[in-house]
Amino acid sequence: MFDLTGKAALVTGASGGIGGEIARGLAAAGARVGLSGTREGPLKALADELGEGAHVLPCDLSDADALKALPKRAVEAMGSLDILVNNAGITRDQLMLRMSDEDWQSVLDVNLTAVMKLSQASLRGMMKTRWGRIVNISSIVGATGNPGQANYAAAKAGMVGFSKSLAYEVSTRGITVNCVAPGFIETAMTEKLTDDQKAGILDQVPMGRMGSPAEIAAAVVYLSSPEAGYVTGTTLHVNGGMAML
Amino acid sequence: MSEGDIETRVRKKVVEHLGVEEEKVTENASFIDDLGADSLDTVELVMAFEEEFGIEIPDDAAETIQTFGDAVSYIKQAT
Repeated sequence: MFDLTGKAALVTGASGGIGGEIARGLAAAGARVGLSGTREGPLKALADELGEGAHVLPCDLSDADALKALPKRAVEAMGSLDILVNNAGITRDQLMLRMSDEDWQSVLDVNLTAVMKLSQASLRGMMKTRWGRIVNISSIVGATGNPGQANYAAAKAGMVGFSKSLAYEVSTRGITVNCVAPGFIETAMTEKLTDDQKAGILDQVPMGRMGSPAEIAAAVVYLSSPEAGYVTGTTLHVNGGMAML
Repeated sequence: MSEGDIETRVRKKVVEHLGVEEEKVTENASFIDDLGADSLDTVELVMAFEEEFGIEIPDDAAETIQTFGDAVSYIKQAT
């Protein structure tokens, strides 16, 4: 249904479960995809799987210079950059009383500041072609809060305010800026939880199951599509009813 | 590059970008007050000038370019 033929997308955190699936979804819709992440092995494997239109663009988003150069590298590899998916994220969970400055800063740097810098560097080309999509992967935690995740929740909520402001600024230029906020999704991150922990979380999900990365990817493909051209500044919650926002 | 040539090229970019009539683009015409630009238009205009003339206009200089005349004189000294 959603056709992204001719569009070029950059996905950060593509070596992770959700990011990889987002890249698959965009590629399946016809887009060329730039796969960014810190782990080159999984990126290469994914690029092999996706074939010709996929490009491996390793980048450590905590490295300011590498970060700044990434959109340029994406344009060089793909010819343009029409869709930016800021998916990369890290956690440094800790109770506030024990949270170090480093725990706070590193999460803010990668999960929020990198989003700003990549968006800024991608805008010029989008403004020129009068078409662009920025999709930021937030989290349910940004809306509800979560003990032990003050840093992560602050970054993910900050991302929502950032996206709304940028959406205003570029709304007349055919560029939309939106967030997708996943709930409890089956990934390597949630795999580490014990059965008791999982059961405790699932009690709070009306659908009684975890979401799949493909269900996040579908939301991203929609927001990246021409059909979503009238949707901007919004957050699409994909959480099985865990928080109805 | 002759000075008249710069003026012509800058005027062409302004007309193209803001969709105004050529004769309105006078020396003292303010992009925002007289030519209907919004703040984002002015940023885009500067981007267009950068490309047209192959120069880089730093942000603090860009902020001083408010009129057609400002743009022409900045580009003259930068090229």
